[in-house]
Amino acid sequence: MSSEQEQESIRCLVAKVGLDGHDRGAHVIARAFRDAGFEVIYSGLHKAPEEIVQAAVQEDVDVLGISILSGAHDTLVPKIMDGLAEYGAKEDTLVLVGGVIPDEDRPELEEAGVSAVFGPGTSIEETIDFVRENAPER
Amino acid sequence: MNADDEALLEELLAGEHRALARVISKIENRSPGYRDLVSALYAHAGDADVIGITGSPGAGKSTLVDKLAEEYRERGETIGIIAIDPSSPFTGGAVLGDRIRMASTVGDMDVFVRSMSARGTLGGLSTATADAVKAMDAFGKDRIIIETVGAGQNEIDIVRTADTVAVLVPPGSGDDVQTLKAGILEIADVFVVNKADRPGADRTVQELREMIELDSGGGFGGGGHHGADATGDRGGAAVATQDTADGDGSERWTPPIVETVATDGTGVETFIDELAAHRTYLVDSGTRAEKARQRYAEEIRTLLREDVHAVLESELERAGGIDDLADAVHCGETDPYSIVGDVLEPVRSCLEELETDRDG
Repeated sequence: MSSEQEQESIRCLVAKVGLDGHDRGAHVIARAFRDAGFEVIYSGLHKAPEEIVQAAVQEDVDVLGISILSGAHDTLVPKIMDGLAEYGAKEDTLVLVGGVIPDEDRPELEEAGVSAVFGPGTSIEETIDFVRENAPER
Repeated sequence: MNADDEALLEELLAGEHRALARVISKIENRSPGYRDLVSALYAHAGDADVIGITGSPGAGKSTLVDKLAEEYRERGETIGIIAIDPSSPFTGGAVLGDRIRMASTVGDMDVFVRSMSARGTLGGLSTATADAVKAMDAFGKDRIIIETVGAGQNEIDIVRTADTVAVLVPPGSGDDVQTLKAGILEIADVFVVNKADRPGADRTVQELREMIELDSGGGFGGGGHHGADATGDRGGAAVATQDTADGDGSERWTPPIVETVATDGTGVETFIDELAAHRTYLVDSGTRAEKARQRYAEEIRTLLREDVHAVLESELERAGGIDDLADAVHCGETDPYSIVGDVLEPVRSCLEELETDRDG
């Protein structure tokens, strides 16, 4: 690779928001993204929406993957979306939600600006392909 | 510079965090026009105090950086942190995990943490890091902390970007021969024995002290065997003296040793005092200006090397591509030395022609 060439890499923040303490899934995704050649920033457990917004803005990520199992997605995800909007980062960040999300809650999340919801059983390849195809061009 | 970048630069200078983030991305990606952007940053940079933190993996760098940032914030200063993590040599992917340990300052935008991976090739990381430091400096951060991956030549390059370099040495990191070896210990302006509550910390401090005394010309008289009283004088204060052994009258800096327990913040204030002392020394002795000049020289060299490297890559492509050339060597048709001679021949003759033109 010539050193003058562009060295763009897809940057993702894998974030755990709220109180659920299971991050096995987030770890699996982080590793799969790494193996797909993405740069993954992992937030750690128990983050508040503001903390995730701060990380997403500072790290200038293309993709924000929110992992949530606690059922509080209805309140927490829109807060994150509002925070992104505040910093002008909502438009060009691909936001994904993974975890246990009832079907009837999906439209509301999509309304808030989430591009895709990946429930239990989604294959890793599907997720990676989705990111590759939909990561924003900047 | 194009209009978009012009606007981006203005937003950065106006203190927009998103613009700073975006500029650093452009630098990392080497997006078209990033060089003009960085050139323009130079006019606004130069005030920040740049601190490099290095040491072996698991030495507690991230946790200490977190506490350092917290303490600086309490003193009303703004902080930029660049945390570097390794990337996969196979896929280029990376998990950047240092942010997790920087929990004391979350929600505070005046601590701007940016994770970087060791993306790219030769010298690429150190250039990107130095440029990102410029961006944070121009943005107006008072202190910029660079946290490196760990041991290795590449990290030493990155740390050269810093005014003051702290090397973390965990307790029990080897016998005293380790401290005699060349490498990472030589770049330290301040030594930090982190996890100082662990067994073996006193011994590590003692070994470092002996190394420093030998180095500063204290010789065998001063650096003798202290035996049981090795634990007596703790901390960096005892050795934080500036001796005048250089002969030419210029003061030399003797690296102090600070003991910290980053997890609970013990020793962090002393650490900050030593960092400040080193900065004062740099300014008073004129070393700061000298260091800056060396840094610029290094930046010029690195940029030139990168550009020449790019020219060579296209020359390689013209000569049939690296894979075919490697195959040719593998089949015994030729050897690397002959290939290099052939590939460089046109470049050399071009330069010679230029030379004759100039002479004539």
